Amino acid sequence: MQRRKFLTLMSAAGLGAALSPASANAAATTSFNGHPEAVGVLHDSVRCIGCRKCEEGCFKVNGQDLPAFKNDPSAQRPDFADLEVLNKKRRTNCNTYTVVNRYQTEKGPVYRKLQCNHCQEPACASACFVKAFVKTPEGPVVYKPELCVGCRYCMVACPFYVPTYDYGSAWNPLVYKCTMCAPRIAKGQLPGCVEACPKEALVFGKRTDLINIARERIQKNPELYDAKVFGESEMGGTNWLYLSPVQHTELAQPELGKTSAPELTSGALGAVAMVAGIWPVLLGGAYAINKRRTKMAQEEAKEAVTTAVATTREEAEAKLQKALAKAEKDKDAAVAREVKKAREEAIQETEAKFAPPQAPDGESTPEDASGKEGDA
Amino acid sequence: MNTHDNGAKNTLLTPGNVITAIILLVGLFITVLRFTKGIGSVTALDDNNPWGIWISFDLLCGVVLAAGGYTTTSAYYLFGLKHFRSAVRPAITSAFLGYAFVVFALHYDVGQPWRLVYPIFVSQGTTSILFEVGLCVFLYVTVLAIEFSPAVWEWLGIKKLRSLVLPLTIPLTILGVILSTMHQSSLGALYLIAPSKMHPLWYSSFIPVFFFISSMFAGMSMVIFEGILAHKGLHGKMDALHLKQADGVVLAFGKASAFVMMGYLFIRFYGVAMDNNFKYLFTGYGLWFLVETIGFVALPAFLYAMGARERNVSLMKIAAVITVLGVVLNRFNVSQVAFNYQLDASERYFPHWMEIGVSVFVVTLIITAYRFICTKMPVMYEHPEYKDAH
Repeated sequence: MQRRKFLTLMSAAGLGAALSPASANAAATTSFNGHPEAVGVLHDSVRCIGCRKCEEGCFKVNGQDLPAFKNDPSAQRPDFADLEVLNKKRRTNCNTYTVVNRYQTEKGPVYRKLQCNHCQEPACASACFVKAFVKTPEGPVVYKPELCVGCRYCMVACPFYVPTYDYGSAWNPLVYKCTMCAPRIAKGQLPGCVEACPKEALVFGKRTDLINIARERIQKNPELYDAKVFGESEMGGTNWLYLSPVQHTELAQPELGKTSAPELTSGALGAVAMVAGIWPVLLGGAYAINKRRTKMAQEEAKEAVTTAVATTREEAEAKLQKALAKAEKDKDAAVAREVKKAREEAIQETEAKFAPPQAPDGESTPEDASGKEGDA
Repeated sequence: MNTHDNGAKNTLLTPGNVITAIILLVGLFITVLRFTKGIGSVTALDDNNPWGIWISFDLLCGVVLAAGGYTTTSAYYLFGLKHFRSAVRPAITSAFLGYAFVVFALHYDVGQPWRLVYPIFVSQGTTSILFEVGLCVFLYVTVLAIEFSPAVWEWLGIKKLRSLVLPLTIPLTILGVILSTMHQSSLGALYLIAPSKMHPLWYSSFIPVFFFISSMFAGMSMVIFEGILAHKGLHGKMDALHLKQADGVVLAFGKASAFVMMGYLFIRFYGVAMDNNFKYLFTGYGLWFLVETIGFVALPAFLYAMGARERNVSLMKIAAVITVLGVVLNRFNVSQVAFNYQLDASERYFPHWMEIGVSVFVVTLIITAYRFICTKMPVMYEHPEYKDAH
């Protein structure tokens, strides 16, 4: 059973990669729609008033783990009552897991909260070469700092510009991003931001329920909402979902396809196996063909030389016989000596003429391929 | 044998040595800063721009410009082109140094370099293209070290080790081409994961193929380019065979490059056509795309072809320089110009001078090491004792 399963997997992977690089996944007829019990958060920009209480709630939970505050209890805390910061575009960084930005729209100012979206098929986890990011079946995408090499490919890969880096640390720089308060969720508590929201603009729950809630709100008040639930399908879907009174792109949400990050790279990864499998055959074949051709050329040359030498010998013999006959006829010893000399000369001359050409690295075996040819 | 280092032998205070010393000192200074104050103290990297020129130049360009190793060894050992004989060792030497210093430079860029072996030995992130790059580069550095080692054994006179390594030549050559195919293409595939962040003209599902094909002519052109430099500085170290074959190597690799570059131009065009990105050609980015493909691929390909027809070695050397610059331009275009193109200008990256300082430092180390090796070891010439070995 085990063996059969292995073979099935192998052939599925191989065939998948061979037939179409875009579907190197063995499961071409099924699709992953997220872990069924996974939780998430719905942010409703129609309800959000931009009070920054969520930022404060986040800081209360996570502040002591952030680089600027970790080893320095006296470090000045951010002033979350200051709403002036909403005038400029902000992003998360290694000391802030979440920020709220304000966007001016035809429906007035609209606020959007930024933090990790906890993708169903995260680009960061797919990109990480030490598996420092893990998508938990419960929903949060969690980070394992003890594995992180600090290559920052997760930051390149993330379509939402979420992972941030502590560039200031010399000895333990790490990636920082929202954890969805995974430890609190495990204890049955709400994420810090959700708990702090005074307007119920943030709803925590099972992702499947959140989608239903979002649809219901759109259906009840279609004039208030854009019809799209952002995050439902973006790059395979995210566990944070967004409702907006205007098009999501007006709130600087990126335009993303439905293809998940792992699907984007699976074709290229599948091709690796193809190269490993077939390159040795092609390259070894090229080597063998060249070796064989060299050998054939040598054999041909050798044969030509042998034939030529034999022919000359015969000719010289005939000449000798003729000369001997003549000498016998004349009974002249001096002439006979001359004839013998002529024979020797003829052989020498032809041998020089048809001497085997310098073999071009002839029967070279791999080991002497680099050592030979010193004659060149 | 070859011991005619005539010029500047008695004094160390040559302009070249002084410049080298200054670069090395500045490099050491930045190194100390980097490892005591963190990456942020010497770079302009930020949360939007996690990869700067240490990736664009030291990694992407470093690897592609070291492709001369696999192109030359496969031409000589696998395809049986005997006139590349004298080019094999210099190419392996520079490839080995290139890769070794790519790994060296990565220690500056990653946050926790002491964990660089984690992806191989501790936690294998097999879904990552970067894992593939890391594994291949790790294996290929090892392959190159073995391929290069006979020069060391001959230099040190350790015949046993030399004869131990030589039977591996063909398998190692094949392995080297396999690994090069994989990681050269994978460096392009790194960007497949971020279509929304890449300018469409440089984003294509074929980007791994583009990277691999361009590595072929990058490698061949680098062999020619390094030849130009070597003839300036290390002429005295070359034996008769090397000098006799030098022009032939240029002509053959130039001609091959012309062919590969024509094919490459076609697939780059196909990449634009397949995603119907023609509309972008009439923007600023489009113009820059044309500069890269026409000015730095089509033009040198044409020069190479002309050089091949007229057997004009100097023309081919010019083509080689343009080609090398073009490949560097391509890697920067993918990793810097196209990446994050949609961000505001204020959010884009421009390198800190100390980042450039480290890259210059690394290049200087490579050149210094190369000069040392070529001066001491039989690279440009054949060791008299081993000339007719077996």
